Amino acid sequence: MSTNLLEARNIGKRFGGVQALKDVSLTIRSGEIYGLIGPNGAGKTTLFNVFTGLYPRDSGDVRFAGVPLTLESPHAVAAAGIARTFQNIRLFANMTALENVMIGRHVRTRAGVFSAILRTRAERIEEAGIRRRAEELLRYVGISDHADDLARQLSYGDQRRLEIARALATDPKLLALDEPAAGMNATETAALRSLIEGLRDDGLTVLLIEHDVKLVMGLCDRVAVLDYGEKIAEDVPEAVRANPKVIEAYLGVGTR
Amino acid sequence: MDILLQQIINGLTTGSVYAVVALGYTMVYGVIQLINFAHGEVVMIGAMVAFSVITALAGSSLPPLVIVLAGVIAAIPACMIMGYLLERVAYRPLRHAPRLAPLITAIGMSIILQHLALLAWGRNPLAFPQIIDNRVFGIGGAAISSVQIAIILLSLAMMAGLSWFVYRTRFGIAIRATAENVHIAGLMGVNANRVIAATFVIGAGLGAVAGVMYGSYYGIAHYTMGFSLGLKAFSAAVLGGIGNIAGAMLGGILLGLVEALGTGYVGELTDLCSWPITNGWLTGQCADGGNFVLFGSNYQDVFAFLMLILVLVFRPSGLLGERVSERA
Repeated sequence: MSTNLLEARNIGKRFGGVQALKDVSLTIRSGEIYGLIGPNGAGKTTLFNVFTGLYPRDSGDVRFAGVPLTLESPHAVAAAGIARTFQNIRLFANMTALENVMIGRHVRTRAGVFSAILRTRAERIEEAGIRRRAEELLRYVGISDHADDLARQLSYGDQRRLEIARALATDPKLLALDEPAAGMNATETAALRSLIEGLRDDGLTVLLIEHDVKLVMGLCDRVAVLDYGEKIAEDVPEAVRANPKVIEAYLGVGTR
Repeated sequence: MDILLQQIINGLTTGSVYAVVALGYTMVYGVIQLINFAHGEVVMIGAMVAFSVITALAGSSLPPLVIVLAGVIAAIPACMIMGYLLERVAYRPLRHAPRLAPLITAIGMSIILQHLALLAWGRNPLAFPQIIDNRVFGIGGAAISSVQIAIILLSLAMMAGLSWFVYRTRFGIAIRATAENVHIAGLMGVNANRVIAATFVIGAGLGAVAGVMYGSYYGIAHYTMGFSLGLKAFSAAVLGGIGNIAGAMLGGILLGLVEALGTGYVGELTDLCSWPITNGWLTGQCADGGNFVLFGSNYQDVFAFLMLILVLVFRPSGLLGERVSERA
C-alpha cells in the first residue's frame, strides 16, 4: 500500500576494533512512525548518524526516496530531505527561537551577502516568506509565545519542540528524532507524543530512537530492535514485544 | 583651552577608527576562532590605495569631496579582494590544522603584505594632498575639525550598518549560527565556507574605510602603519571581549579615550615638580615654574598595551565577552 522511503542494505560500521553495526538492513515506509530501540550501546545512534551523513559508512548502501544517498556531507543529506534532532539538544543558544527556525530554511533558499546588503526586492520577499514559515512552525509545535526569547532561556521541553521546528523548517520527507523524550516528565512526554502523531497525520515519515519503550510501543507503526550492532527484530509493536530474542536482549537469560 | 574636552574629542576620533578595525578582528575570531594578524596590513593597503588615487586626482578639477570618495571607493574592493584571498590562500587550507599553524601563517601574511606595500609604494610615507579645507569649530573651549566630525559620524554609521546586517538580515543569522556551531549550521544548509569568506570580506571592507580615515586624520600613510594600528585594534577587540561585535565597538572607543586622556595628562601627572616631596629635591629644575617630567606624550602607545595587559590579567574574557567555559 505504501512506498518505501528509506531502504538500507547491509550497513556496516566499525570504530577501531568495535563492530558498531553489522549487516543492518531495514526499510522505512512513507508515512509511518518507525521506532528503533535496543539496549545501551546497541548501535542505535550510530545507525542514525550514518543515515544523516554525520558518519561515513564502511559498507552497505542507502536509498532514499528511490535515489542512492551518496552522503557527501550533512548538508547534502539535509537537502535530500532527511532532518534530525539530537539526543543532547543542539540549538543556537544565543539566538532567538524564531532565528533558530529561520536558519533551517537555508537548506531550501539562497542567502547572498550582496543581496542582503542591497535589500533587493526578491530578497525582501524571500525573507518575509521565511519569517512567515518560521512563525507558522513555532505555532505548529506550540511555542509561538517564545518566538523572540533566546533559545537558552526556553524550558527543556520547549527546547525539544524548538529543535523539531528547526528540523521541520528544512522541509524534510523523513524526520529523525534521537531520544526526544529523554529527560522529559510525564506531561511533556504526553505532549510530545501528540506532536509526533500530528506530524504523521500531516504526512511526514518519522524515525524515532527512544529509550522509553512504552512510548515507542504506543506510538510506532513498526519497530526495529538492535542488539550488539545487529538487527534482531523488525515488526509491528505487538509482535516485537512477544519476540523471544527481544526479551532476551532486554532482560537477559541465564546463559549469557 | 579645555584639555579634558579636547582629549575626549581626540579620543573619540581615534577610538572610532580602532572600533571599526577591531570589528574585522572580532568577526573573524567569532566565526573561526582565528586571530587574523594580517588585518592591520589590509587596513594599511586600503590607506595606500586610497592615497594613490587621491594624489592622482588631486590636480584635476573635480570637487575635493568627490576625489576623497573616489579614493575610498577604490580602496574598498581592493581590500575586499585582499581579505578574500587571505582566507582562501592562507587560512582555508589550514582550517583543520592545529591552532598554532594558522596563527603563524597570519604573521607570515602580515609580513608579506607589508613588504609588497614597500615594493609598490616605497619606504617614504605618502602625504595626504592638501585638497580639503579642514575647518575647525570651537565647542566649549575645545576644537573639533571637520575631518574629526566626518570620521566619528562615518564610523558610527558603519557600526550601525554592520549591527543591522548581523542582527537583522538572513545572512547575519547565518553568520551568528556558524559562530555558535559550525556543524549544526552546516546541517541546516548554511555554507560555512561562504560565511567565513564573507566575514573576511566584510571586515576588510570596513578596514579599508578605517585605513583612509586614519591616514587622513594624521595626514600620512606608510607601509608600516598597519602594525601598530592593527595591534591596538586587536587590543580593543580583546578589551571588549573578542568575538563580540558590540564589545569591539565599545573596546575601540574606550581604548581611544584612555589613550587620548593618558597622553593628555601623563606629562602633568608625572611632573616631579608638581609633587610636594620631589619638588624639594629638585629645586634647581623646578625654580621659576620649571618642569621635570618623567613620562611625556611620547608614551602614547604604551596605554593601549597597558590596558591589554590589565584586561588579560583581570578579565580575560573582556568587558562583554562570554565566560570561557561557555565556549568550551
